[in-house]
This record gives sequence, structure tokens and C-alpha cells, in this order.
Amino acid sequence: MNAWAFIRFYTILVYTFMFAPIIVVLILAFNASQFGGFPIEGFSLRWFGELFQNEAIMRAFRTSFILGLMTALVATTIGILAALALVRYQFRGKDWITTFLISPVLVPETVLAVGLLIFLRWLHMPRSFGLLLLGHSIIALPFVVLVVQARLVGIRREYEEAARSLGASPVQTFFAVTFPLLMPAIFAGALFAFTISFDNITATIFWRPSGMETVPTQIFGMLRHSVSPEINALGFVMICITVGVPLLAGGLARYFSRKKV
Amino acid sequence: MADTATKFDKRPALLLTPAFIAITALVVIPMSFILVYSFYENVDLAVDRVAFQFGNWEELLTDGYYHNAIWKTLKISFVVTVLAAVLGYLPAYFIAMTKFRHKWLLLLLLILPFWVSFIIRTLSWIHILGNQGAINGLLQWLGLTDEPIRMMFNEFSVMVGLIHVFLPYMILNIYVSLEGIDENLEPAARTLGATPWQAFKEVTLPLSLPGLAAGSLLVFVLTGGSYVTPLILGGPSDFLFGNLIYDAVVTELNWPMGATLSFTLLVLLGSVVVIYSRFMGLNQLSKAFG
Repeated sequence: MNAWAFIRFYTILVYTFMFAPIIVVLILAFNASQFGGFPIEGFSLRWFGELFQNEAIMRAFRTSFILGLMTALVATTIGILAALALVRYQFRGKDWITTFLISPVLVPETVLAVGLLIFLRWLHMPRSFGLLLLGHSIIALPFVVLVVQARLVGIRREYEEAARSLGASPVQTFFAVTFPLLMPAIFAGALFAFTISFDNITATIFWRPSGMETVPTQIFGMLRHSVSPEINALGFVMICITVGVPLLAGGLARYFSRKKV
Repeated sequence: MADTATKFDKRPALLLTPAFIAITALVVIPMSFILVYSFYENVDLAVDRVAFQFGNWEELLTDGYYHNAIWKTLKISFVVTVLAAVLGYLPAYFIAMTKFRHKWLLLLLLILPFWVSFIIRTLSWIHILGNQGAINGLLQWLGLTDEPIRMMFNEFSVMVGLIHVFLPYMILNIYVSLEGIDENLEPAARTLGATPWQAFKEVTLPLSLPGLAAGSLLVFVLTGGSYVTPLILGGPSDFLFGNLIYDAVVTELNWPMGATLSFTLLVLLGSVVVIYSRFMGLNQLSKAFG
């Protein structure tokens, strides 16, 4: 069938469009040339060495990592509670409440950033790490609620009721039954929140205190209409972490769950 | 159990309280402050005076520079949305309809870009379109040109970068609505005598419109609010409305004007969301997370 062959070819082209630039970054990270672009002058690991000796980048990495972990903690905690309320209970005005919970996504991030900054200015508070943490958490919250909500729907209440009828207290039931069942949802929400925080640049540029850099703002500062080879190496490392780790975790989870059966 | 059900249950309210406090304090109140600050008066660098005057709004409404920026932002958002829809529809259709055994792989590849850093994905286009980029490198290696062709730091490269970053949202949303269509409908239309194209046009396409609309809304609003992509991939004259906010707040430290511009962007993009939700509701948007 001709139309189908065309659709397949078109799909391959679009996938190429999506992945070719990323693959080029991965390749150029190993280019020996001291300019960040083509032509390729040979294989070299030199830029990875330079990268790990670059104190500014390493500091930005630590900042981003800690910020991401704390954002995941805050956003997931608040998000799980809200998602539990939405999935487990029936009450009036649920649609409105869901819309309200998702509302931070509907505000352009630039506007969200300026608004929070002006509010802080009115309170006479300087920009701080705490602002970044709260700001990132509020950006991540709607996504966490949506992701966790989708996972929670699948957990049936019968398990808890069974535990209760067998004599477990509500607290015991929560820790022995509910919490383990919630774990995948918590993990998915936390991973999402971490990624959103780790990747954020739009709002971070406004919120960061002077002198503090996250990985994206550090890269942004290093770009002067050209890409240094170090940035390519950094890109390689980041892609390995943000793509490789979840893929590996997902692959292992599949492998072990298959083995059990 | 019947007894507890009739009583007012406090538990959902308790569970929702932290989220409510967070959104109220960090989104709702700051948004009202933007409006209040837009009436303040800018005195000097980072110095402003509490006032109730319309100077900022007058500047916004009378200065052609701002009108131009609004117009340009709407135009670029529109073009990026249309191109993303054109590029995205067929792949979404392919993933939804394929009999390919490893369909999960195609879906995984679709989600993968979300995990790759936004700034890396954006700057990667310098490697493709730049003077030392892949295209110029290839052309020179083939001997087709001596001088690199300038393809970077213009409106074109900004739009390519925006489409590249936002395309997965479009494909994912279209895919979700295509996947939800009863797979017997198209064959049914065929047995009733429709050609494949008619069956698609009369059955599948209309049923996939909610996903197309949700994807378009996301791409339009996300593009309309961007300012980092033009800074990385654009030239000096390639700015979006978000760049004016960035300049006002970060460079000129003119807070009242920054607030005025932010409120304008909020109203512009907010009205797009409101119009959309009047017709479609916001449920479709959350489906992509299922």
C-alpha cells in the first residue's frame, strides 16, 4: 500500500529530525578539535578531563543535583497528598479543584517567575536557594499530581480493606499495604519532579541569587554564539544520566519482574 | 460505613491543604502583585515608587515597538504550531496504527526527548545549522560551497529550535486521541463503501481533533512564553515578547514595566487557554499523562 509506505517514510524523517541534533552532540563530545563544531579531527577524551577539572561546572552540577532532589521531595510530598484526595474521595467541586491544581502550568513560566520575584521584592526578601526550591516545586507540582493520579487509579482499595478485616490497625495498614502499593507512583512523581527541576532554565535565570548557577544557566552563560567542546562533553554526560539511568532502571525492573513470573 | 459517608469528610480537605497553600502563596498572590506593580512608577535603575498611574500601560499601548513584538510573537507561535501539527500528525498516526511488533520502542523514543536537557537540545542546532555545523561541513566536504552558508541566528533557526523542542508534545497528544478511537470504525466505513482517504477524512480525522487541539494549545502557549530559544538561536532582532520581559527585569531592572509586560503576556496567552477550555475542556490535556 503506497500511502502507508509514505507515512512510514515521513515518520522516519520526523524521528531523524528529532534525534539527529542530539546524536551530533554525542559525537562531537569526542572530537579532538578545539572548536566545538565540525570537521571532526580525531577521537579524544580530552574534553571530559577538562570538564571534570572545571570547578564552575562541577559546582553548578552539585547545586542542580541538590536542588533537584529537594524539589522532588517537596513537590512529591504535596502532590501525593493532593492526588490521594482526588482519587480516593468523592466531593463537590472536584473539577474546579483539579483545574486549580494544574493552574501553575497554564501560567507562562516567564510570568510566574516575574510574579514571584515581585512578590519577594515587596516582602523585602533577597533571592535565595529557598526561592529556587519553592519555585521549582510549584512548577513541578501539577505534573506530579497528574502522573501520580494516573498511577493511583490502578490501586484497588480491596487490599486495604482486606488488611483491616484481618485485624491490622489503620497505621499498620498504611505502612504494610498502602505505602508499598504507592511506591511506584511516588517514584514516578519524584523522578518527574527531579527532571523538571534539573532541566529548568526559563524561571531559574530570574530566580537564582547572583553567583549561583545551575547546570542549564551555567551552559547558557558559556554560550557566546559558539559551542565550546566542553559543553559537548557536558551534554554527553547529562544525556547519559537523564536518559541512561531511567532506561536502565526501567530495563532492570522489567527483567526482574519477568524472572519472578 | 453508611454513617461515615453521610458525615462531612474532612480528610480530602486536609490532604489538599498543602497544595492549596503552595499554589495560593506562590502563584495566585504573585499574579495579583504583577497587576499592582504595573501601576507603580519606575524612578531609576531598580528603584520604583508606589503609585497609581497609567504611565507603563500608556507606553505599552502607544509604543509601536511593543505592538510589533506582540504581533511577531503571535505570528511565530502560530507558524510554529501549524508546522508542528503538519510534522507531527503522520508520525502520531503511524505509531497508533502500526502493526510493528516493537511499537513500544517508537513510543519510548517519543518520550526520550523530554529527558534530554532543553538547553542541550536547543544549542544542538548550532551544530547542525551553524558555520561549523553539519550541513555546512557536508556542503564544503562535497565541494559544493567554499564559504559557509549563513543559516543561523535568524528567525528561521529560532523557529526550527522551537519546533524541535515542542514537537513531542504535539505528537504525544495526537497519538493519545488516535489510540482511543475504536479500531473497527475505519474498516466499518470501508465496508460501507468509503475509500481509504474518505474513511480517514470522515471518521479518524474528526475523532482525533481533540488531541490535535490539545497539542496545538500546548505548542502555541509554550512558544508564546519562550525567551531562551531566541537568545540562543536568534540574532539581535529575533525577539519574542518574553525577551522584552527579560530585558525589562534582568537588564534594565525596570520592575513596573516588567510587571506590565508580564501581565500583558499572561492575558494574551491566558485568553487562548480560556477560549480553548470553553470548547474542549481541560481534561484532554491531562490524558497524555495516563
